[in-house]
Amino acid sequence: MELDLILAQLFTGVALGAVFVLMSVGLSVIFGMLGIVNFAHGAFYMIGAYVGIFVLTLTGSFWIALALTPILVGVFGLFVERILVRPLYGRGPDYPLLLTFGLAYALVELVRVVFGSDGVPFDTPELLAGGFDLGDLGYYPAYRLFVIAFTVLILLVLWVVIERTRFGLIVRAGARDPRILSVLGIDVARVWLLAFGIGTGLAALAGLLAAPMRSVNPEMGVAVLVEAFVVTVIGGMGSLLGGAIAGMAVGIVVSLTSLWMPQMATMSMFALMTLVLIIRPQGLFGRDDLAR
Amino acid sequence: MPIVAAVLALLPWVAPSQALSVNILLYGLFATGFNLLFGYTGLLSFGHAAFFGAGAYGAGIALAHYGVGWFGAIFIGVGVAGMLALLIGAVSIRSRGIYFSMVTLALAQLVYYAAFQATDWTGGENGLRGLTVSVLSLGPISLNFLDPTTKYYVLFAFVMFALWLLSRMLNAPFGAAMEAVRENESRARACGFDVRLIKLIAFVVSGLVCGLAGSLNALHLSIVPIDTLYYQTSGLAVMMALLGGAGTFLGPFIGAAIFLLIEDIFSLWTPHWQLFVGIIFMLAVLFMPRGVWGTLAGWYRERRA
Repeated sequence: MELDLILAQLFTGVALGAVFVLMSVGLSVIFGMLGIVNFAHGAFYMIGAYVGIFVLTLTGSFWIALALTPILVGVFGLFVERILVRPLYGRGPDYPLLLTFGLAYALVELVRVVFGSDGVPFDTPELLAGGFDLGDLGYYPAYRLFVIAFTVLILLVLWVVIERTRFGLIVRAGARDPRILSVLGIDVARVWLLAFGIGTGLAALAGLLAAPMRSVNPEMGVAVLVEAFVVTVIGGMGSLLGGAIAGMAVGIVVSLTSLWMPQMATMSMFALMTLVLIIRPQGLFGRDDLAR
Repeated sequence: MPIVAAVLALLPWVAPSQALSVNILLYGLFATGFNLLFGYTGLLSFGHAAFFGAGAYGAGIALAHYGVGWFGAIFIGVGVAGMLALLIGAVSIRSRGIYFSMVTLALAQLVYYAAFQATDWTGGENGLRGLTVSVLSLGPISLNFLDPTTKYYVLFAFVMFALWLLSRMLNAPFGAAMEAVRENESRARACGFDVRLIKLIAFVVSGLVCGLAGSLNALHLSIVPIDTLYYQTSGLAVMMALLGGAGTFLGPFIGAAIFLLIEDIFSLWTPHWQLFVGIIFMLAVLFMPRGVWGTLAGWYRERRA
């Protein structure tokens, strides 16, 4: 096996991993704050792709779609938290999980009603349609490079917001101990609302970015939900750094296995997860107390 | 237990169609197996399609590829499901709380992808075919399995046997130990229970029950579609158990009946019945978390008190 082929596949893996990272970070933001697993995360991803297509056909600009989609879906996420999830606080973590599962079930069918059951094509935006000729390394699609760069940018922004702003300070404190935070006079419910909106917005962004690389159909959320769970279990729940590293690792492992053993590609990530669970049940970067 | 037996025995005479009553019987058993883990032990698994599917494929492959008799095939199906439950259970009970739901879901998807690839054994995307059983013979008795009423009562006999064993287990001290783990894991451990062993046994028994439901379903349908192993099938068990009442004995059957009736009625006038099932399920989570049967039983107990 030539080295250049492996390198090219490695980059493909990183682009795939970028989508996993965005999904897993969104899950982690929601879990870290609200302590719930969002089973509708895959559905929000799918809706992100469809809203992206809708905005794209309306305005004709990929960039407007890229900017608007996370905001629109994020606002929808705010309503979901306020109306559906909030009444369940204090009833244990299983009920929000079950609720979001039901929500995903209904949302998938809703998208089928509106957009039909068949897949929808999503073309790579013109500006990024080309690729880079890497000489011996072959040809690398520009869009994937853009996905990697954009994900890094989003992660940097998130990191700055969480580590360097007043809002980030509140978020970090809320993840530690929401009761103390509310005693200090901060409206925790509002912070949770925002965290849910940001998480769903990130899922929508992942869906939109993935749309030109993977097919767009109402069922696209299921596979990615499982992938995001695998990444989150490997990285450790509630850890942004863990999610980022595990996402990249899973992306690379999947695309390298598809080079040597294509029929094993989908299964390789589960093998990785099982291994991590046996060695370190709380995930690579997870805090043990969160795995309660 | 007697209530369940009476209700299910009369079901073919009251249900709108024969197919519906068989489905309530088998999916009810599937949801009961899931409920053993969720309702009684407090572990929310999103991977029970793996055991339902393992039972179906185990029995189906034994019938179609190895020419095993129907009775042996059921045993093989249940055995395969039990072994798989032991494996998946051993890995997933290492994780706790909501991690558990994510890990069981992921491992079940692994089984789905594996079955999808192993086309020689499972038929892959097309599903497993060629396992039609028309006559059931066991010793001197032989029954016409194509007759709907005979079919129902043969399946009924198996379901009843499984439920009888389960009710014995739940009424034994082990049942109390499972509920102790559900109520407070740390306290159960402090009381001297081996929490991990209890979880693993509950997991395996739950897998065996779901495997039986899957095996019987393979006999009933004469094919095993690949979707049997998919995420949606795991979701079915979750929704049925919760709609009917998790942690109650009759609940999963009531839930299966509600779910399948909604499907039957709504699919008459819209292909998008899942939208309504999803909405009704969300409303149940919000306003009736104990499920229909759990809520009724609660009222009855309050009125007596």
